[in-house]
Amino acid sequence: MFTELNGILNASPESFTPGEFILLSDRQSDASFLIHHFLSFYLKARCKVCFVALVQSFSHYNAVSQRLGVSLTQAKEKGQLTFLEGLKESLSVLIPQEENAENQAMSFLRDPAAGLRSLYEFVQSSVVESNGGGGAEEQWGPPVLLVDDVSVLLSLGVRVGAVLDFSHYCRATVCSQLQGNVVMLVRCDGEAEEDDEGSQQLMRGLTHQSCLTLHVQGLPTGYCRDIHGQVELCWKKRQSDGQHTPKKVFQFKVHDKGVSFFARGTSSAVL
Amino acid sequence: MNLRHYVTTNMAAPMSSVDKTPAECLQLNSTSFQKKTRSKFISIPGTRPSVQNGQLLVSSGVTSLDYLLGGGLAVGTVLLIEEDRYDSFSRMIFKYFLAEGVVCRHELFVAAAQDDPDDILQELPAPILDDVAIHRPGDQPRMSCEPQDTLDAMKIAWRYQNLPKVQSALASSSRFGHYYDVSKIMEPEIRQAAKWHRFYHPEHPPPSSGTHSPKLESYSALLKSLQEVIQREGFDLNAPLPKSRNILRVGLHSLGSALWGDDLCCHDNPKNVHALTSFLYGLRALLRSSLSVAVVTVPSHLIQDRALMGSITRLCDNAIALESFKGSERETNPLYKDYHGLLHVRQVPRLNCLASQLPDHKDLAFKLKRKQFTIEMD
Repeated sequence: MFTELNGILNASPESFTPGEFILLSDRQSDASFLIHHFLSFYLKARCKVCFVALVQSFSHYNAVSQRLGVSLTQAKEKGQLTFLEGLKESLSVLIPQEENAENQAMSFLRDPAAGLRSLYEFVQSSVVESNGGGGAEEQWGPPVLLVDDVSVLLSLGVRVGAVLDFSHYCRATVCSQLQGNVVMLVRCDGEAEEDDEGSQQLMRGLTHQSCLTLHVQGLPTGYCRDIHGQVELCWKKRQSDGQHTPKKVFQFKVHDKGVSFFARGTSSAVL
Repeated sequence: MNLRHYVTTNMAAPMSSVDKTPAECLQLNSTSFQKKTRSKFISIPGTRPSVQNGQLLVSSGVTSLDYLLGGGLAVGTVLLIEEDRYDSFSRMIFKYFLAEGVVCRHELFVAAAQDDPDDILQELPAPILDDVAIHRPGDQPRMSCEPQDTLDAMKIAWRYQNLPKVQSALASSSRFGHYYDVSKIMEPEIRQAAKWHRFYHPEHPPPSSGTHSPKLESYSALLKSLQEVIQREGFDLNAPLPKSRNILRVGLHSLGSALWGDDLCCHDNPKNVHALTSFLYGLRALLRSSLSVAVVTVPSHLIQDRALMGSITRLCDNAIALESFKGSERETNPLYKDYHGLLHVRQVPRLNCLASQLPDHKDLAFKLKRKQFTIEMD
């Protein structure tokens, strides 16, 4: 996790707001570094994490998390992390084999128009069993769901409505019922006017459902090697300390072991 | 010779031991990208670990492109090339990629719908020969035949004389990235030494099974064929790997074009909008779990929907777009007279690390010379 981001969000592994739906989005940029942040943050906070990783392999997340001080392999063995590796599971659906030993979670690929019910059932089973299971060796904190990323579902043929239904069901189960958190990444490409209907609708729908959005985009002045972009944070409701700061903008630079955030104009390259 | 350093003998050595050489540290880092390696790591010819994050890289065949993409193509990734209007330069890079595979003794998988893969392979450019092994049995020595016992003073020349024959096998595999002469065709002997697999779309008629899925039969058949080759030839990382490992280079030509049965390039609102993207998802899944690299070319100039091009790009790892000056007003523009076209780097992956190696400059132009494909800052 990135300590500077914790300061900006006023959160730490010991104390963070429960029941939040955090939306990470990007436009012509790459917000996946934020997914790594939240993954290591919630694992350090001893939450029970369910990670739906649709676009990269397990070893990729493991390699980055090790640099951030968390071992995904250990977390999986201890039962703290449930990892759905979408790529691996999808092969048995995309290339039908005779013996169908497939994980039901990715079976929506066979008929994407039918919706994401199977994926939701997977999430529900992995998130609910934590609280119901008595006699486990270690008690974990509230459940957390991370999804990387939601826009690839649109590319695979799922309708926007189905994705919004899925996120709504997840929010209802994880945030409201179980007081856990949900973090989803949605990606856009192109200028706002050029976006196709589906991706715009998805972005708007998810932003409406979320209580905190972090939007990553490139610098408005163009490409720069020292400043990789800017993050716009938007809070929906009042923060616990009464201050009402709905929007903040920071610039960032991604390093090998972390990301540094700074106020606009205060990059070390400039000062 | 460099690859000898990368052979480690003890995979179970803890990461914290201080007497490790940097090369060995890189070695363990690069195996973290692979799913399962129980055996000792054996160096694969034609590959090298990345200096940034230890990933295993192969050369794309174009040295300046390797430099732009952070040292080469990472094993397990896809390079998307958006074709130029006449598919001249993108086809050239496609052939460079395959030619590099032949020279490095990698296996090839070539799929096309327009040209027979045999024809594509016969047009590969000839490698520039000073350090490539040529397996001609009756090779004459370059020096005139003098009896060796009188050659005390000529010992140095004798060593040079033997250099192409004795060390060439090692030289071609230890060098990363070769140069090619596009005015010549690769010699049949070199080409036929390569092991390759083909998929020619007209040879695979669609089955009449009537499955109602959004995926096109052509892409499904291609994916299935590729998976079969990966599993059969021992590139699958989930299965126990054979003793001598190799890389599979996958070249997929002009995906999305009408010849594959896809209507992405024909209609504004294509019926099979998600066929290509589903295929690319499956391709990524196959590549991440095998020792292979893919180059895919797409005629993006025919696809009207920019958002669709965006999702296609995101499903690949590296992405470049070529824009040739031929037939455009830029051909006569004095600013561009030294170049054949512009090259845009659309995407560079961040794999196994937080930061990505973006190129320093975004205005790049390329020029295809006889012996080199150069990419320079505009």
